[in-house]
Amino acid sequence: MTSSPPAAARGGARRSRDSRRGDSIFFNLSRGSGILLLVIMAAIAGFLTYRSFLAFGHNEGNFFTTFEWLPDAPKPTFGIAVLVFGTIASSVIAMAIAVPVAIGVALFISHYAPRRIAQPFAYLVDLLAAVPSIVYGLWGALFLVPHMSGLTSWLDQYLGWTYIFDSTKNGASPRSLFTVGIVLAIMILPIITAVSREVFKQAPRMHEEAALALGATRWEMIRTAVLPFGRPGVISASMLGLGRALGETIAVATVLSSSPVLSLHLLDPGGGTFAQNIALRFGEAGENGRNALMASGLVLFVITLLVNGAARMIIARRKEYSGAN
Amino acid sequence: MSAVTDSVAVAPQLRRGLTTNRLPKWAPAGIAAVAIVLGVLIGVLGDLQSRIQWGLIAGLLFVGITYGLSAKVEGRRQAKDRLATSVVWLAFVLAVIPLAALTFYTLQQGAGVVNGWFLNHSMKGVISTEAGGGVYHALIGTLEQVALATLMAAPIGLLTAVYLVEYGRGRLAKAVTFFVDVMTGIPSIVAGLFILSLWILLFGFQYSGFAGSLALAILMMPVVVRSTEEMLKLVPNELREASYALGVPKWKTILRVVLPTAIGGITTGVMLAVARITGETAPVMMLVFGSDIINGNPFEGPQQSLPLYIWQQYQSNNEFGYARAWGAALVLIAFVMALNLVARAIARWRSPKSGH
Repeated sequence: MTSSPPAAARGGARRSRDSRRGDSIFFNLSRGSGILLLVIMAAIAGFLTYRSFLAFGHNEGNFFTTFEWLPDAPKPTFGIAVLVFGTIASSVIAMAIAVPVAIGVALFISHYAPRRIAQPFAYLVDLLAAVPSIVYGLWGALFLVPHMSGLTSWLDQYLGWTYIFDSTKNGASPRSLFTVGIVLAIMILPIITAVSREVFKQAPRMHEEAALALGATRWEMIRTAVLPFGRPGVISASMLGLGRALGETIAVATVLSSSPVLSLHLLDPGGGTFAQNIALRFGEAGENGRNALMASGLVLFVITLLVNGAARMIIARRKEYSGAN
Repeated sequence: MSAVTDSVAVAPQLRRGLTTNRLPKWAPAGIAAVAIVLGVLIGVLGDLQSRIQWGLIAGLLFVGITYGLSAKVEGRRQAKDRLATSVVWLAFVLAVIPLAALTFYTLQQGAGVVNGWFLNHSMKGVISTEAGGGVYHALIGTLEQVALATLMAAPIGLLTAVYLVEYGRGRLAKAVTFFVDVMTGIPSIVAGLFILSLWILLFGFQYSGFAGSLALAILMMPVVVRSTEEMLKLVPNELREASYALGVPKWKTILRVVLPTAIGGITTGVMLAVARITGETAPVMMLVFGSDIINGNPFEGPQQSLPLYIWQQYQSNNEFGYARAWGAALVLIAFVMALNLVARAIARWRSPKSGH
């Protein structure tokens, strides 16, 4: 009788000490993992920068304006001019095709399709977002490239005057930046569609009904109620897609026949992108060659960082002042 | 009396206004059929080689005819509405065709290749320009590398998400949130370069399956954090409060109440992340090195992996290599899709229940 309250108190004290220790262990574990992620990010940036400077020291050419990539030559010269152009050109083509189509498909799923089609189709799009890029590359190289020659000669014939679509190497296999852009467009389409669809679905139902009640047609309703609401979401979805397109390696490497040529004739084979260049040259690169590739990897890293950061900022801003939830 | 006659007089006009100046219900389908026929005709008569052109012409005709007809019959506003509808349907068809073509073509090319022999044999002693050989070594390699990557990335990702949702306040949490987002967008080849410079060039380790799984883990972590975070946020606060009210310490609340409630969604997220890294080629290509023989030890010696195998077979540039590449692509897609389907089934089956 007399001993029981102190025992209970002691037990309680031990339990609370235990729980405090458990709490601090668990807290530190979880905070540690968070810090580990930051450390990894810092290490990626740090290591690539360090290697890049090793490479810059040996570079005889200008890193930003040189076309060739000969880091292992007796007089190492290498530059990213071709890669910058190729990466941006192929991504821009991909975005120009994928974004309008993705918005259309997203609207189709959220507002146009009969419900019986919309649900399974949305599901299918999500599944297709998971198809590995090597499969897109294989398909692009073995199926799409042979089917592209008709389209490219057509573009050359009727749009050749634009210079961009003027094909100077007639009869060459269309392993060009243009074809790469199309493959990339098909690859990023499911991602952009999935995100835009979610945003369009969240458009306030009240606004839509109000617009319809005022006599708007369906398109007028979408233009006035859905699209303004969804714009930031679509922009950030497109930026995420752009990030993917910029960093895509293997699909580009399979489709493109690369060469150190910077040409605005997008239908001609040739050119290169950052990731494709790394994948292709890594195997036979020597010491300096590897460092040079890391330098180009650093540039790619910074570019994707900026694009993704901008996308996130747009999303975050939208959360603050949107009327939803 | 006059009011009645007025309304009688108005009614037919009104009805005409609502129904007669409309295209019939079958108009879109009819126009689509006409556009397709015209597209094929132009294609055949104009001697255009690729079907892509036929389709594009038919699509443009569809949109154009719809707009013109509707503008003539229904007026401009309706015509614009029809225009938007037809463009949206066209976008749908444009998206379906390549995606369906991809799936169908892979199935068609791969189905003839995949069989018991293909799944059970490596490429040992098979010359790349000859038939035969299989993906067994690549399958083993992929499974081991992905499993190791998951073992590393899943706990770290999970704990980080717990930190962000349960503890996270202040500058550190904000920084982690931002950089997790940014990390999601790291190109896979950059992750490969990083592990290459750290693990192989600096620490002096050899190319191995483990090096590949390190890079895969980097790619996987942010995805796990993101999805787990979303799931933990869905756990109703009442559950946490009830647990605290019973005197349960916070860490036990998280382990016994919060995580079990969200476990379905967390599993789904992890499986989707696994599906994503399974198809990564670039980092594996730089770090795993590739081999033709079975190597069951991911910590020593070069290994093979499915995406890398596809890439190498594609590069061998002959019909047997292509056939093997398609076979492996089919195996890879089937694996990834199966993971996806199971993950989504789990999500549906064990979604977090709402508070009551």
